[in-house]
Amino acid sequence: MRNLITLTGRELRAFFYSPIAYATGFIFAVITGVFFYAALSYYGMASYEMSRMAQFAGPRELSLGEYVLRPLFGNLSVVMLLMLPLLTMRLFSEERKAGSLELLFTWPLTDFQITLGKFLAVYLVFLLMLAVSALNIAILAWFAPPPWGVVACGYLGLALLGAAFLAMGLFMSTLTENQVIAAALSFGALLLFWVVGWLVPEQKDAFAAMVEYLSIFSHFERFSKGVVDTRDVVYYLSFAFLFLFLTLRSLEAAKYRG
Amino acid sequence: MIKAENLTKRYGAVTAVNAVSFEVAPGEICGFLGPNGAGKTTTMRVLTGFIPPSQGRVEVAGLDVARDPLEVKKRVGYLPETTPLYGDMRVEEYLQFVGRIKGVARGGLTQAVGGVMEAARIADRRRSLIRTLSKGYRQRVGLAQALIGGPEVLILDEPTIGLDPTQIKDIRSLIKSLAGKRTVILSSHILSEVQLICSRVVIIKGGRLLASESIESLAAALGGHLSVSAKAPADQLGEALARLPGVKSVAARGPGAEPGAARFEIVPSDVSLARREIARFVVGRGWELVALTGGAASLEEAYLSLVGRADAHPEPEAPHA
Repeated sequence: MRNLITLTGRELRAFFYSPIAYATGFIFAVITGVFFYAALSYYGMASYEMSRMAQFAGPRELSLGEYVLRPLFGNLSVVMLLMLPLLTMRLFSEERKAGSLELLFTWPLTDFQITLGKFLAVYLVFLLMLAVSALNIAILAWFAPPPWGVVACGYLGLALLGAAFLAMGLFMSTLTENQVIAAALSFGALLLFWVVGWLVPEQKDAFAAMVEYLSIFSHFERFSKGVVDTRDVVYYLSFAFLFLFLTLRSLEAAKYRG
Repeated sequence: MIKAENLTKRYGAVTAVNAVSFEVAPGEICGFLGPNGAGKTTTMRVLTGFIPPSQGRVEVAGLDVARDPLEVKKRVGYLPETTPLYGDMRVEEYLQFVGRIKGVARGGLTQAVGGVMEAARIADRRRSLIRTLSKGYRQRVGLAQALIGGPEVLILDEPTIGLDPTQIKDIRSLIKSLAGKRTVILSSHILSEVQLICSRVVIIKGGRLLASESIESLAAALGGHLSVSAKAPADQLGEALARLPGVKSVAARGPGAEPGAARFEIVPSDVSLARREIARFVVGRGWELVALTGGAASLEEAYLSLVGRADAHPEPEAPHA
């Protein structure tokens, strides 16, 4: 346990020694703000128009959840797909290139501690980024109380989605000593898990259900609507565990390759 | 303390280390020699538990490296060849980090870090970023990293490479001062350094073990050589020399440095016995002994005769990560 804390602490500091965490966090905050502004101004326009032409528009419900939070969470999930590989790309590949992996593996640490230490560090950085994006929600709450249940669900969904993305990125960084390749592999794999959702066949058979289940964003839909479904939670957790497990196997294999 | 039995490491079709067996007793300082690409680094990596052997058994501090890697790692301090440190950390911060990982108690950490910084003479750079340090300092931070936590076994891959002469002297005396307290394996291309620090040597070439014994017995096995020059009839002298105890063979080398002297090269079976007998015999016969030189073989001669002259040029080993 003490080793895990020590390792996580070092990895966490390493993020802030380099400009990566600042650059990624900054861009994430700006893009989040832009998307939030766009969703909110659209909501403002829609409510203005409805107040003027209520008789034409009919009884439509204008909820903050539907008009602001859902698109915001949807957009954030895509931004995460683009940004999180940048956080994970250096985790193992940098150490492989520098050779410091050799020392790391000769210190009295288990592969599990090393993997978990790196994962926890990058996950904490990601949670910090999410916390910064929550400032937008705080601004919204200043004017009108948002549906807090939807906010909580959305953030739970983002946190689970992030764990899945980061675990995959961590695995990819064990495969190569080149950080760019590690990032590209993560992008590619995550995009595949996204676009697989567009390939769901028309007829609703077992195969279609499987393809739909595999799609990484189809599971996020319900979270952004404010619904927690255990199937979705299980999907993201098993996705993250699978890639953490593969990370361990990959480290083991690297030792035999020498 | 360290025991390798039939250690073999294959990378695909390439056999880097082939059935190497050797033993290092507690408190010994063992030099690990061999030409470039001989398998030294691979063997050291197996000893530290970084890579598993393809075949054979490695025991460190009575523990099987394959079965108890974590316990072995607690007892081993390792300095890899390329000294890969975290450049974004400061010297003291880095050593504290390694100390904690190696299980130094919280209360003793400051003292332990101070101790190894003192021993490696890097205390004046405790606040420097590691990436800004010169090669010599980085090398010594690497050594401090291996020393922290007081491991029973130290495995040092070319510890003095990249240091200036004063630093080399410091590090050598530091390692020498560990004799009897720690078991040390160090690889080096500098034979005089190994002769100075180590009590025994392991020599490998092409992944195969050539020798594993104390420096004295290695040199004694080679026998050394003597050269005699005396004012005496050459044929009589040569015949008599060959019959003396401790002499294996005699070869005439023509006239000596002074007029009237004959010179002979002698391969002894026992250097000091042969030297004594030759001096006594020549003087006893009333001949004038002009010169009697030579002695036991040096490590360098022993190494060259084992490994072959072509490979003896000390070159930096190419890093192979």
